[in-house]
Amino acid sequence: MMRLLWLSALACNGNAHALLNYPGFKVWQKEFEWLYHPLLPSEYSFKEVEKGMAEGCDVLLVDGTLEEGYVKYRRPYMELLEHYGKQAHHIVTVGTCATFGGIFAQGGKGRSGLHFRGDERLDIFKNFWQKSISLPGCPVQPEVLAGTLSLLKRKTDIPLDPLRRPKYYYAYTVHDGCIRNEYFEYKIDEHRFGRLEGCMFYDHGCQGTYTHGSCNKILWNGLGSKTRNGQPCMGCTEPDFPKENLWQTPKHMGIPARMPLGVPRRAYLSLAGIAKAFRIERFYTPLMKEE
Amino acid sequence: MKSSTKEERRLQILSGALKLFAQKGFHATTIPDIARHIGMSVGNFYNYFPSKEILAQEILRYISAYLGKRIRKINESALSSREKIRGIVETYFETAQNEPEMIDFFLRVYLSNREVFGEGCEGMICVNEFVTEIMIFFDDGVARGELKNQDFFSAFGLFMGYLGGMVFLAGESILPKPMEAYIDDISMNIYNALKVA
Ligand code: SF4
Ligand code: SF4
Repeated sequence: MMRLLWLSALACNGNAHALLNYPGFKVWQKEFEWLYHPLLPSEYSFKEVEKGMAEGCDVLLVDGTLEEGYVKYRRPYMELLEHYGKQAHHIVTVGTCATFGGIFAQGGKGRSGLHFRGDERLDIFKNFWQKSISLPGCPVQPEVLAGTLSLLKRKTDIPLDPLRRPKYYYAYTVHDGCIRNEYFEYKIDEHRFGRLEGCMFYDHGCQGTYTHGSCNKILWNGLGSKTRNGQPCMGCTEPDFPKENLWQTPKHMGIPARMPLGVPRRAYLSLAGIAKAFRIERFYTPLMKEE
Repeated sequence: MKSSTKEERRLQILSGALKLFAQKGFHATTIPDIARHIGMSVGNFYNYFPSKEILAQEILRYISAYLGKRIRKINESALSSREKIRGIVETYFETAQNEPEMIDFFLRVYLSNREVFGEGCEGMICVNEFVTEIMIFFDDGVARGELKNQDFFSAFGLFMGYLGGMVFLAGESILPKPMEAYIDDISMNIYNALKVA
């Protein structure tokens, strides 16, 4: 059994609900024991957790945006983190709020993630850095959370990127596996919400090409993803989430202001110019004829 | 005399044909004319270009690459957008002066014989190098807050139409002064039209 302790600060419970919707949850949870989780049967009550009684935590799961001076029930939240963080073997920041600050960091001063404020590295919990793993996402993909914990349980070595995100899940971009890739290649943005045609990069603010995540590789609850279902990726796994004007692509005289990850501007423009020259009829015919 | 390499020979054909097209017009120039002009057999010509259309497309790519390279230098310099505009205007006029056939080809063959540039030159494929540099120029200018963020083609048409028009007027000997005399004013007009309000 691996013992888990879940501590929330400023959070919407989205990450907890995402985990509850993990299709393999029933089987998965047999290997884990909750010292404390806000929604699941747990060994300790929060009052006991707050008193420091929940001993022997293997993984501390940190959820929600941290705020200076935030008191959870009666005890400063930072103190709770210190206390359980010290004894935990691993610390996992669950979701973008706990990782980078996320949405709640927009609403007040002195708010951040455990190790980052946006992409700025913080020092408050620097002694935890080595044992921390970041699992951003708004919310985190349940497969990513359950999968990472399973890997930790099996003592698998997990390669991490510089923001401490597991590469197994975050080395990909959301653009990888998006079923609209052909439209991207030929520069066709005919997107309407919920429709299956067109890429959303050019006009509709899709951030799939520079967002690290598995959304189109591991489908949500085995079913779909934003881009598969007709909504642009909002880049929720990145330090700069949430951006403003989410459904618009900032442009300079019609040229996207931000290039896909690692693509040089001149090369992109040159290729785009060529790709645009083709008019491939099949991309302009509705996929569903009766539409 | 050492015979020239295949690539050199290709370039000779391109520039020879370019001259003839400029003199006699695209349709009036035949492949035997071009072959004779360069001093090669018609049979040998076909080893280089399978048709007059393909030759014309290659010429277009060649000119686009020529201009593109020059504008790329300007783009990669530390100049402001305003100074870059002057650089591009100068380059264009210089080319019109030193390689008049090039700009002529652009204006008289490319723009007025669209059927020749259908298959193989769809959209901007054959002028890609040139257009890409103009895009980079606009993109940089907007990113630096120097140029107004507007529709690409309104800006492109304004810029290129103006330059093309001036070269055309000069070619028809309608301009009272030599082209260089207009560089400052033209650059300023373009800048005023493109800059942020
Ligand atoms: S919709 Fe987004 S993720 Fe999909 S191909 Fe376009 S840019 Fe990539
Ligand atoms: S598709 Fe983009 S915005 Fe949606 S969950 Fe995945 S990373 Fe976040």
